[in-house]
Amino acid sequence: MAKFKNHVLVCGGTGCRASQGEEIVQNLNQVIEENGIEQDVQVVRTGCFGFCEKGPVVKMVPDNTFYVQVTPDDATEIVKEHLVKGRKVERLLYTDPETKERVSESKDMGFYKKQIRIALRNCGFINPENIDEYIARDGYAALGKALTEMKPEEVIKEILDSGLRGRGGGGFPTGLKWELTRKVDADQKYVVCNADEGDPGAFMDRSILEGDPHAVLEAMAINGFCTGASIGLIYIRAEYPLAISRLKIAIEQAREYGLLGKDILGTGFDFDVEMRYGAGAFVCGEETSLIHSMEGLRGEPTVKPPFPSESGYKGKPTNVNNVETYANIPVILLEGAKWFSSIGTDKSKGTKVFALAGKVNNVGLIEVPMGTTLREVIFDIGGGIKDGKGFKAVQTGGPSGGCLTEKHLDIPIDYDNLLACGSMMGSGGMIVMDEDDCMVSMAKFYLDFTVEESCGKCAPCRIGNKRLYEMLDKITEGKGTDEDLGHLRNLSNVIKDTSLCGLGQTSPNPVLSTMENFWDEYVAHVKDDKCPAGQCKSLMQYVIVEDKCVGCTLCSRVCPVDCIVGDKKAPHVITQDICIKCGACYDKCKFGAISIQ
Amino acid sequence: MEIVQLTIDNKKVVVEKGTTILEAAKSIGVDIPTLCYMKLHDTNFENKPGGCRVCVVEVEGRRNLAPSCKSTCEEGMKINTHSVRVVNARRTVMELILSDHPFECLVCAKSGDCELQSLAQNLGIREVKYQGEKNKYKSDESPAIIREMEKCIMCRRCETACNDVQTVGVLSAINRGFESVVAPAFEMDLDHSTCTFCGQCVAVCPTGALTERDSSSKVMDAIVDPNKTVIVNTAPAVRAALGEEFGMDAGTLVTGKMVSALRKLGFDHVFDTDFAADLTIMEEGTELLGRLGKHLAGDKDVKLPILTSCCPGWVNFFEHQFPDMLDIPSTAKSPQQMFGAIAKTYFADQLEKKREDVVVVSVMPCLAKKYECSRDEFKVDGDPDVNLSISTRELAQMIRNANLNFEALEDDDFDQPMGESTGAAVIFGTTGGVIEAAVRTAYEVHTKKTLERLDFEELRGMEGIRSATIDFDGLPINIGIAHGLGNARKLLEDIKAGKSEFHAIEIMACPGGCIGGGGQPYHHGDVEILKKRQRAIYEEDKGKILRKSHENPFIQKLYKEFLGEPCGEKSHELLHTHYYDKKKKIEI
Amino acid sequence: MADIKLPAAKVEELKEVCKKFNNEPGELINVLHAAQELFGYLPAEVQEVVANEMNVSVAHVYGVVTFYSFFSMIPKGEHPISICMGTACYVRGAEKVLDEFKRHLDVKVGETTEDGKFSISCLRCVGACGLAPVVTVGEKVYGRIAPEDVKGILAEYM
Ligand SMILES: Cc1cc2nc3c(=O)[nH]c(=O)nc-3n(C[C@H](O)[C@H](O)[C@H](O)COP(=O)(O)O)c2cc1C
Ligand code: SF4
Ligand code: SF4
Ligand code: SF4
Ligand code: SF4
Ligand code: SF4
Ligand code: SF4
Ligand code: FES
Ligand code: FES
Ligand code: FES
Repeated sequence: MAKFKNHVLVCGGTGCRASQGEEIVQNLNQVIEENGIEQDVQVVRTGCFGFCEKGPVVKMVPDNTFYVQVTPDDATEIVKEHLVKGRKVERLLYTDPETKERVSESKDMGFYKKQIRIALRNCGFINPENIDEYIARDGYAALGKALTEMKPEEVIKEILDSGLRGRGGGGFPTGLKWELTRKVDADQKYVVCNADEGDPGAFMDRSILEGDPHAVLEAMAINGFCTGASIGLIYIRAEYPLAISRLKIAIEQAREYGLLGKDILGTGFDFDVEMRYGAGAFVCGEETSLIHSMEGLRGEPTVKPPFPSESGYKGKPTNVNNVETYANIPVILLEGAKWFSSIGTDKSKGTKVFALAGKVNNVGLIEVPMGTTLREVIFDIGGGIKDGKGFKAVQTGGPSGGCLTEKHLDIPIDYDNLLACGSMMGSGGMIVMDEDDCMVSMAKFYLDFTVEESCGKCAPCRIGNKRLYEMLDKITEGKGTDEDLGHLRNLSNVIKDTSLCGLGQTSPNPVLSTMENFWDEYVAHVKDDKCPAGQCKSLMQYVIVEDKCVGCTLCSRVCPVDCIVGDKKAPHVITQDICIKCGACYDKCKFGAISIQ
Repeated sequence: MEIVQLTIDNKKVVVEKGTTILEAAKSIGVDIPTLCYMKLHDTNFENKPGGCRVCVVEVEGRRNLAPSCKSTCEEGMKINTHSVRVVNARRTVMELILSDHPFECLVCAKSGDCELQSLAQNLGIREVKYQGEKNKYKSDESPAIIREMEKCIMCRRCETACNDVQTVGVLSAINRGFESVVAPAFEMDLDHSTCTFCGQCVAVCPTGALTERDSSSKVMDAIVDPNKTVIVNTAPAVRAALGEEFGMDAGTLVTGKMVSALRKLGFDHVFDTDFAADLTIMEEGTELLGRLGKHLAGDKDVKLPILTSCCPGWVNFFEHQFPDMLDIPSTAKSPQQMFGAIAKTYFADQLEKKREDVVVVSVMPCLAKKYECSRDEFKVDGDPDVNLSISTRELAQMIRNANLNFEALEDDDFDQPMGESTGAAVIFGTTGGVIEAAVRTAYEVHTKKTLERLDFEELRGMEGIRSATIDFDGLPINIGIAHGLGNARKLLEDIKAGKSEFHAIEIMACPGGCIGGGGQPYHHGDVEILKKRQRAIYEEDKGKILRKSHENPFIQKLYKEFLGEPCGEKSHELLHTHYYDKKKKIEI
Repeated sequence: MADIKLPAAKVEELKEVCKKFNNEPGELINVLHAAQELFGYLPAEVQEVVANEMNVSVAHVYGVVTFYSFFSMIPKGEHPISICMGTACYVRGAEKVLDEFKRHLDVKVGETTEDGKFSISCLRCVGACGLAPVVTVGEKVYGRIAPEDVKGILAEYM
């Protein structure tokens, strides 16, 4: 990066690009040229900075000024003020919600303070489409070290000692997995990167691939060196076009630099990477079905054992790891197992990336040391609950996980603690819910997902999840019975106990954990025909409170079905049998005159 | 051999490493229920998706229950096959399966022979607590097979049969999740697919999802019609299996009782398809010798090997899959169609009946014959040579309907003239039989010598592909045998590649040949049943006085009075056919 | 079944695609991706051609097509609308937005309007959860959508 005096880093993550990130880059370049400083300044599209809530994000280097919620129109000011005159554009700085002070550097923001960035170390710092920038930040040094100074056994030992566990959900010790694949004798082995990321509402892996694709390639090569594989395969969702294109560029560049292909770094080690595309099936994240999908088959899992490390892609030993797992590898080799294992808890080392979303103020991508509490994540980093509402629950582990509540907020996050309280780490989705969210509906939402995504191979998951969904639906319609509650629990347990793959073995978790933590809410639906959160349409009505309504007509104008009647300045009334309960009026009314009953 | 020791239900068991928990349990008399699992030993049929989950057991130290059909025994394992947890899980899973199943046992073709039904009974399911939406699929009624997918439990056995064993590839699991089911592409009817109607999917289906198209009531209609003369003929493999439907041991020969039953059912003439099988040998054998002679004389236009053509499942297979090789199989019709052709000409003339007034019914181990008799080329002015083809199972049903006490029936004999047959015809019912029969005749015709040894053990057995060289008095004839269409495919690929050394090849679509046909009593995965049927057939052959087709006096008479000579003009007209290219054309 | 009719040039292109993947059955999913790109969807005829070229059964191809939700046998609308139903969007009201689209266009999820203009589908997380609820129309991403914005979005494409 030395050539230029200044760099303007514009977030090129999917979130910011969706809010005109590309136009910002164009405008910046144009204004820079107009001002004749193109020799000194370079505009760089990076990966996601993490703080998507406040996107689009623009960061100025070297002084690290962090501009948020930038629009294309702001380009002129940024260039003229900041770059030409050296003055910060105050109005684009982040305002601390508590102190109301403007904060100019990310390290001083609540959102970033408690984060440690290992897997995300390069996201938001480098241009992912330029291998030189990766190399400038010690990229491929770990591969060089492994190939020239270490034996495969030594590398594996380092990984084992680091305590790194799989970030794809299972938490299996990564070094051990490599060792298992290494031990099997075979003429051909494969290394696979699982970039399927099907958890709805999670985008960790995608952000890493978009922001730092070389880290994954480097780690796959190291894995190949350790296990004896010469081919790496990346299985990625077809719905991730940006990640795909950046990976393709990265693979090309790595080949050009002799970091992939034959005789890497002159050591005689051959390794190359190919891409395989998913086609919209969550279950293909499960490693055996992922392998079948790569073989051109229906993505149905098979019973393990045999594990992929013995018999995987095309029947050959195959080492499957998650994107984030890979992203940790190069750092571990460079900084050492000791350093890595000093971070985290007793049994869970290092950091974990979470996609924090839902009803929090700061939606985004975060990376925290294992052992951080949920409270720190949601309140310190996430900035608390949106719109000043009360915290109700947080779902970790996506559709396989569980809902945790107030009482879990101070538990240090790691694999074992989350399991112990009925949830799981999963791949890192973290969805925060507030008092308006109905927990039965939430369970139903997840079951809807698993019903749609079940592969259909085994009976308990194929039929059982459907029945769970139907019972939950019945309950949210106010038609549930006491008996249903008993059936719900038994069925959930049997599905977990008998399903063939991890999908069915975990799909009832949202039901069980909400029943455990929000039993009263289930009872209210069944016994009192009430949805305490006021979310279940069949169990609620929007009603206009006569003495609060001033007759401003705002509600009647937003109502999509025109069912609110009333004269100007006179109280309005909702015609209940036409109302579709869309809630638009409720959101619109400034006087709090519309209530949920 | 490595062994492992474990305990199952507190009993010590020692088994070979790699044994499944299911097998290990069985070895100590513990029968764990299964639904999807099926293995036909000594054939290449093995279906083990681990999908139904009713075979789960508790393995100490494991978080989840383990499917015993898929889990192998490990040293020191402690297994409980009927803990409260296991039984509750098994029953709950069963209830789930039933919750997406029509409760139609009273009118279901499979009732009484249905694995789902008996398991529900064994588990004592009296109510289905989990109720909800049931799947609906469009029904599919081909001339041979009916698919009622509401009854499908996704065991995938049919898929394995059609793809792995038969390599026809008509069936695949489709859709995902709750809607998933096994179906042909685009859920088209089997009729429009490349289905061979071999019926192997039906033979393994545990439920009533796949059944034969039942023609027995049409048969009864014909019998009661005073204007019709109804002729029945029964294939060789039927007599070796029919008894099973009445609780008799597999492999009990019931030829006499069967004839007696058919007569009591009211058929006007009870004949034997074996007669036509002898006729087939005369034609096919002559064709073989003819082609062989020309080939040896150096005629390049004559292709070898010659392939048998008596199995309509196999005919359908090569018409769809190998349309460029239609000139290799013999042109001889199957025994069923030869029978029909003679019955509606020679025999109808003898009866002085118009062919329309004669109804030919055949009783077959086979579902492909249902389709075969409906083919246009086997009709004269719209009147089929064989009107109706029913399976062994349908015949059993008719016998039950007529309140006949089958076991108590006196033995009876076939009518003449088309009831006379030789041992050579009997063995048509098993793999290797057709070619052995052909060898017996071709040898004598070619060498003009009497064959000393009639039992060609080298051609017998259950191996999927077999071969032998028979010495035709100095001329070595290489013979190949394949049963199961997957095995047939291998031999055909060899021929295509010019690698085949054979002069003649016998192919049967069904594993084991017709004894394992799609219309036979269900074997429920027990291969011993097939082997016993096979033994019975060779026994019947041994007991026959005449064991070579050309020695059948009625066959000789038929040629003298009516046909002229084998492969002559009349034979060609009545007893030979031609094949069609059925590969779908992609037009642009 | 009736014989197949497809534009000759496109079929040739499709065959080229299969060849590019060495007609290797293991590449079926990649081939189907390319075929869908080429035709916009995967009608029965296309699947027949693919099966033929790749030497697998049509049933197998159909089994694969119906397994993956990315593959469609129905042509998409001119402006395909996708509503994100990922958890982040769901908790921020995506369902209500979806309901509005369905109401306005009078089609169900997975269907295309009669005039072929719009089709609705759901997807799971666009990766822009910060903007939840998210809707995409073609390539364009709309963030923080409320039910009352739906009318306006549709108007852009009318
Ligand atoms: C239903 C299901 C979905 C999964 N989806 C993913 C996924 O999207 N990404 C992933 O990395 N692992 C996923 N996994 C976990 C993988 O099976 C596998 O354990 C993981 O890729 C191994 O990598 P790791 O050891 O590095 O975590 C999924 C598992 C199940 C059962
Ligand atoms: S648990 Fe569900 S997804 Fe997994 S194999 Fe069974 S049906 Fe398929
Ligand atoms: S909830 Fe929606 S439909 Fe009902 S009155 Fe309010 S705006 Fe109208
Ligand atoms: S398939 Fe079996 S269980 Fe189902 S209706 Fe028929 S007999 Fe009854
Ligand atoms: S009858 Fe034979 S070919 Fe037809 S679907 Fe069944 S197994 Fe396949
Ligand atoms: S049709 Fe029969 S054999 Fe095939 S999957 Fe269904 S139940 Fe099993
Ligand atoms: S082997 Fe026999 S039963 Fe099977 S299709 Fe052929 S003729 Fe029919
Ligand atoms: S996408 Fe820009 S900060 Fe996340
Ligand atoms: S018999 Fe074992 S899972 Fe079906
Ligand atoms: S959940 Fe909708 S964009 Fe992530």
